[in-house]
Order: sequence, then structure tokens, then C-alpha cells
Amino acid sequence: MISKLINRKIFTLLKVQYSNMLEYRVEIALWAISGIIPFFMLNIWTNNNLNESINISNDMLSRYFLSAFFVRQFSVVWVVFSFEEDSLLGKVSPYLIQPLNPFYRYFAQHIAEQITRFPFALIIACFFFIFNPESIWIPDFFVLLLSIISTFLSFLIQFLIQSIIACLCFWTEKASSIERLLFIPTLFLSGLLAPVATFPIYVKSWIYLTPFPYLIDFPANLLSGNATNVSGGLIMQILWIIILFPIFRKIWSAGTKKYTAMGS
Amino acid sequence: MNQRKYLRVYANFLHTSLASELEYKTNILIDLITAILSLIGSIFLLSIFFQNGTNIGGWEFEKALIIQGIYTILNGITNTWFNPNLTEIVKHIREGTLDFVLLKPIDSQFFISLKKINPSGFLEIMLGFCLLLFCIRINEINLNLSFLTLSSITIICSIFILYSLWFFISTTTIWFVKTWNATEVLRSFLYIGRFPLNSFSFSLRIFFSVVIPIAFITTIPSEVFLGLSALWKILLEVIVSIVFVFSSRKFWLFALKHYTSASS
Repeated sequence: MISKLINRKIFTLLKVQYSNMLEYRVEIALWAISGIIPFFMLNIWTNNNLNESINISNDMLSRYFLSAFFVRQFSVVWVVFSFEEDSLLGKVSPYLIQPLNPFYRYFAQHIAEQITRFPFALIIACFFFIFNPESIWIPDFFVLLLSIISTFLSFLIQFLIQSIIACLCFWTEKASSIERLLFIPTLFLSGLLAPVATFPIYVKSWIYLTPFPYLIDFPANLLSGNATNVSGGLIMQILWIIILFPIFRKIWSAGTKKYTAMGS
Repeated sequence: MNQRKYLRVYANFLHTSLASELEYKTNILIDLITAILSLIGSIFLLSIFFQNGTNIGGWEFEKALIIQGIYTILNGITNTWFNPNLTEIVKHIREGTLDFVLLKPIDSQFFISLKKINPSGFLEIMLGFCLLLFCIRINEINLNLSFLTLSSITIICSIFILYSLWFFISTTTIWFVKTWNATEVLRSFLYIGRFPLNSFSFSLRIFFSVVIPIAFITTIPSEVFLGLSALWKILLEVIVSIVFVFSSRKFWLFALKHYTSASS
């Protein structure tokens, strides 16, 4: 009975958000295009034959960057910006009355957006293959499944981190600057711009203890068939989720107690 | 007389927007840290490309740092002036408040482009200048009058091109209403301004000098810095910037004719 109710809630939320997102399909297409930075990076790598020094062939490198593009497309999180706007405009108040944590709403928003984004990402990938026909590959079903799982886990990690930051809105009003600060290490260390394998040793020695390489580098390596520690990566991803989730719960309950409706 | 009026209005803009930004002091502090980290991150990324002492596109590391410095200055200018103002256009148009701007006895482009200022971008500009000074030392560039005039002319032209690009994209909002993401696309394209144009493949080089003139924005000023640039390139940059400024102005006036307020 209860599970049925939850199912219905989830289904309704998703349906509402999906139709909402379809309205903004042009925006989402543009957003998908704005994610093509990895391709520019790939261009620098191959055009200057930089990959010879790191023992990754051209094809593997292009697969890596394409996978990085895909992983990034399906792990983009912007919950902190939505929540900040809602809390500044006082929209959080009605959400708090409902018997549903507002973050479920944001979560459904993100999932719906990913579904809307999927065809655009595929189109961009097709263009990529037209320009780089040698790099076409078909990952086997098991690998594909694992990489979808790890991409989703990466999305969950980022969603939890941003939700924790979003909860800081209860104290500081403008939490998005903290998110922008955290975005810098995410950008440079996650493997979006250069595979972690190419990093100098003094960075590699500690980077695997941080969540960053598991956000893009690990799922992208998995999907593209580059060498990676599969079980270790998945365990670390789950570990980070286990660490972050209680923090989010704590900060959420502390924040809602602190909350005084603003702008309403 | 007219000029004095605009100067006075601008002084007021500065005063009000600085006052409102300084309300969020911690925010500014966080933004400062973000700017520093971002510069460290980009130099780190650049150092990965140069790990084996090779050069990319004929640029050695010390020379590529100049591009990084100029990019940092321009990015600081974007964050100080262009970004806070031109993202506001989207809001003005969506909420119909552009009406109030148009009714004011002042040029609408002036009002919309300079109303706000974000002081945290200043640090980025300063960081960029420090990096440039450092580059002048390690590259043993001797300073003289013609060098200073030429490099400042090209940098000023770059600023104008950059401004026009942002203004172009924001103006399209009048037709498409929500182009918040279009600025994201521009932002991601501008990202490649951190690297020398020659490091990209031929087709991308054409794209980034003809379609979106990012090449003019950072590579030409850097070449001037190194004394490598031919006179025709500098002249071309001046012409391109003049064309851009005028056409973006014309485009704004043309777009205003199509403006049909929001829900009124």
C-alpha cells in the first residue's frame, strides 16, 4: 500500500516535470551543445600528438572524451540554483507544507531533464562519429549497464553535494557562490578536460581519495573501454554516497528548523 | 554636456551596485578564492599539455602563459561587467521590465550594459596582470612605447569584440525570451580562448576565426606581446572590433522594433 503510494508520487512527479521540461527543449538543446568542451580538448590532444607520451591511442582518447561528454550530460546538477531562487522568492514555504521533501521535486526535475536531453546528446554523438569515424565502438551490454549505473551514481554524488550546499541557503541566502567555488576542482580534477591518467604523479597520489575522479573519469573510462579499476571505482562511489547522505539529512533538518519564510 | 550626464549616471550606477554587492561580503570572499583556484586550475591543465617538454601549436609553456594571462584579464572583465548586466537582459525581457528601461531618458544599451558591477571580478583582472608581468619577465620582453600602445590597442579591441559577442547573444532574447542557455554556449566556446589558436585543427581554426572570432580575442594580443604579430593582423583585429561594435548596436536597435512587452 505504502509502496504503491510512493510509486504513484514518483510517477506523477516525473510526468509533470517531463512535460515541463519538454516546453524548454530548445534551452536543453543549447545546454547540451554547451557541453562540447571535451571535444575541443580532444582536438588539442590529437592535433599536437600529445597522446604519444601517455600511451593512449588516438581512438581510445576520442572514445574517452566522447564518453566524458556523455557522462557529463547525464550528471549535470543545478539543484543549488533552483533552490536558491525558490528560497529567495519564498517559494519554499508551500513546498515545506507538503508531505514530501522538496528535494524529491528537484530530483524528478533533473531526471526529467536528462530524459529530454537524451536525443540531443545522441545527435551530437552522431556528429562526432561523422568527423571521427575510426572511433566508433559498441560497448558490450554488461559494460554499458555498469557505466550507466556508475554515471547515475556520479549524478547522485553531485546531487547530494549540491543539495548540502543548497541547504546552506537557510543560513547565507546566496549559496550559489559556494557551488561555483566547488565547481572549479570539479572542472579540473574530474577528468572532463584531461583524463586523470595523464595527471602528474604528485596529483595522482591523492586524487583518488577525493570524490572528483569518480564523477567523470571513472564512468568515462568504463564506457570507453580504457583501463580502470571497476569494482574499486564503484565501491568508492557508493562509499561517497553513504558518507554524504546522512550529512544532507542532518543539514536539511537543521536548516528547516532555522527557516523563516523570506520574501513572502 | 551629454557626456557629462552619462558620466554622472555611471557614477551613480557604480555607487548603487557596489553598495548592493557589498551586502554579501562572504560571497565576495568566496568569489575571490574561486578566481585564484580557477587560475591555478588552468595553469595546471596547461602544464599537463606540456608535461613532456613539447610545444603545442608552436607555443612553448612560457609563451602559452601569456595567453592564459590575457584570458584571465578578459574573463575578469566579463565577470565584472558583461555577465551581471547581460544576463539581466533575459530577466528584463521575461518579466517585461524592459519597458521601464526603454522609458528612461537615457540610451537603453548604455543602461542595460553598465547598470551593474560585480567587484569580485577585479581580483581576476589583477591576477591576469600579475601573470602578464611575470610572463614579460620570463620571456624577456623589453618594454617600450610602441609595444605598450600596440598591446593595449589589441586588448581594448578584444574587450570590444567580447562585449559585442555577449551583447549579440543577449539581444536575441527579444525573440526567443529564454536564451539564458545561449550565453552558456558562448561561455563554453570562449573557454578555448585559453589555448593558442594554432593548437587546434585547421577546420576548428577557421571556425574560431570566422564564425566566432575567439582567435582575435586572445591569440592576436598574445602574439603582439611576443612581437610576432604582423601589422595586418593588428589592423584586422581593429576592423573586426569596429564591425562588431557597430553591428551589435544596429542589431539591438533592430531588435527593439520587435519588442512586444511581456503579458501586458
